Amino acid sequence: MNSYTDLPLIEQAILTLSALVLLSSFALLAQSRVIATIKMFAWQGALLSVATVLVASDTGEHHLYFSAAMTLVLKVIFIPWLLIYQSRRLGILRDFDAVIRPGITLLIASALVIFCYSVVEPIQQYAASITRDAIALSLAVVMLSMLMLITRRKAITQVVAFMALENGLFFAAITTTQGMPMVVELGVAFDVLVATVIFGVFFFHIRDSIESLDVDQLNRLSENTK
Amino acid sequence: MIALTWTLLIPVAGMLLLALLSSPKVSGWLNLFVSILSFLSSCWLAKKVLKAGSFGGDQFYIDTFNVYLIVLTTFVGMTTAIFSRPYMQHEIEIARLTITRLKLYHASYQAFLFTMLLALSTNNLGVLWVALEGATLATVLLVSLYRTPESIEAAWKYFILCGVGIAQALFGTILLYLAAAKVIPDDGQALLWSVLHGRAAELEPAVMVIAYVFLLVGYGTKVGLVPLHNWLPDAHSEGPTPISAVLSGLLLNVALYAIVRVKMLTDAALMSGTDYNPQLAGHLMMGFGVISFTVAALFLHRQRDIKRLYSYSSIEHMGLMTFAFGIGGPLATFGALLHMMVHSLTKSAIFMTVGHASQIAGTQKMDHIRGLIETQPAVGWGLLIGTLAIAGFPPFGVFTSEFLLLTATMQSWPWLTIPLLLGLALAFAGLFRHLQPMVFGARPELQSAVYVNSLPMMIHLFLVLWLGLSIPSFLANWFDAATQLITGKALL
Repeated sequence: MNSYTDLPLIEQAILTLSALVLLSSFALLAQSRVIATIKMFAWQGALLSVATVLVASDTGEHHLYFSAAMTLVLKVIFIPWLLIYQSRRLGILRDFDAVIRPGITLLIASALVIFCYSVVEPIQQYAASITRDAIALSLAVVMLSMLMLITRRKAITQVVAFMALENGLFFAAITTTQGMPMVVELGVAFDVLVATVIFGVFFFHIRDSIESLDVDQLNRLSENTK
Repeated sequence: MIALTWTLLIPVAGMLLLALLSSPKVSGWLNLFVSILSFLSSCWLAKKVLKAGSFGGDQFYIDTFNVYLIVLTTFVGMTTAIFSRPYMQHEIEIARLTITRLKLYHASYQAFLFTMLLALSTNNLGVLWVALEGATLATVLLVSLYRTPESIEAAWKYFILCGVGIAQALFGTILLYLAAAKVIPDDGQALLWSVLHGRAAELEPAVMVIAYVFLLVGYGTKVGLVPLHNWLPDAHSEGPTPISAVLSGLLLNVALYAIVRVKMLTDAALMSGTDYNPQLAGHLMMGFGVISFTVAALFLHRQRDIKRLYSYSSIEHMGLMTFAFGIGGPLATFGALLHMMVHSLTKSAIFMTVGHASQIAGTQKMDHIRGLIETQPAVGWGLLIGTLAIAGFPPFGVFTSEFLLLTATMQSWPWLTIPLLLGLALAFAGLFRHLQPMVFGARPELQSAVYVNSLPMMIHLFLVLWLGLSIPSFLANWFDAATQLITGKALL
């Protein structure tokens, strides 16, 4: 088992970036202002695309440069821009989406990270040294995004959580398997793009139907009331 | 290969044409025409596969198992298109829909069929994921087509829950790729199912187990397995009825197909190792299956909305199929394949009559749907016979497949037949306590018949009856070939 300082410099950098990606997930979880949440999401994308470039130069997988560029365009520029543009039009850019019991939420998040490490523990011996931590870290990003999804009440922050979850999956693909086959990556990116557009349409539908973007008020369908 | 190209291209062409066409009358017919063409080309494809065996192996791979589901998909797609034309016409007339939304509806309908066919025919497990996520995207705006607060809520729930659920499946696919990359050095080949299946015994069991759990949970969300089912009754009840029919009849099957494909790989990988129980994948499916089956049967009793009632019945039957594929073995697999078909046919027929029933009553609340046989015999009897069939009465096909499944359970897990029989009885009671007042009784005032094209429903119920009385030998051989493919042993 290599220790951190034994690794080549570039792999140390990748691991540090992985840790920063996880940190950005924690930041997303604790952030309550809509605009700050979107900006933090853009930062997470930026960290991801830098990490992808480093992995690409470390492993010599040239198609990863393309993935990095795709991440940069889609997740750092296009999606945050679209979300900010739409929340400005909906007039919710400066709104707060209060985090329910931030202390407890963050404690649960830390517990989730430990849980993720224990889930992937049996796999770790089969992975290359650098990916050992990355599998657990990326699973943690996925889990933290799910936690964010259930603790948020506004449609727009839920979408950010949804996209952050996708970031976690992309991160897993980059670090554990040096990316997926190109056709799959393109397909996933296409799905994300379509999903973004549909989410955009949805914001207006939700606002028109309940005159608010608090999904708390979407509560008509349940087993008891019908 | 040409047949496959046509099968995939026709829905794409249909989608583009229907997105451009704005006349509601023509687009209904065009949608039907495109669906008929798809069905014909899929029959052509099936004929080739049955004659010459499986082909493909690069990005696409067709064998007896998936070509069976391709034909079923295009068939139900076609009959639902027959049903959808007058139904959507009626919705336009009563101004529940605008013409722009009808355009969206038709284009998305074909897009949905395309994603189903892509998911079934692709050989690449990554593309399978992309196609299933694409199916969610194609149908989410259809669920909210009526733009009522309820339908928006259902669509949002569908989008978020299915999106999060299926994200787990992508994580599983990445782990699978990690295991595969060790065995198959070529990047482009490492996610191809046919390549993986050939060398599944070399895949690392420890990685495969974790990958399988993620894939099962991910695709299981789309199958509607309890406790991941919350989106399903909402999405089925709030969307337009043709969409409920294809969601229930097709989407759930395709998601289950994905699980079965992955299970085949996991089984082979675990068989070679010693650290894990080689039946682990099957046991997990059986557990999820029994829970879904029982919980859904109980939930049938407390439903108020007619479409929610039948969507819980879908969960129940998907649970039964998951359970059967989990048992493995030729008999259970044969039964599960047959059950996939009869359930699709019966459930889509039921949703068609349910659609008409709610048009007659002007509501989906079962308390207000009364005296259907007197108001309109075709709808009343259709609902009654369809429900008899889905509850597993002889001589319908559902009885045959459930009988096979019970026999298989008796052979391998005798004590599990008790919860199964109990669940079937519960589901029967749950369906009929709601059905009886709806179809019998006096006709309420102010209730009048609507225009109904009962042809698709009659075709479906007739086929289910036929499958119950005698399965044609070519179909039995077809199922048998698929069974041999999945379990390694033939039944007949």
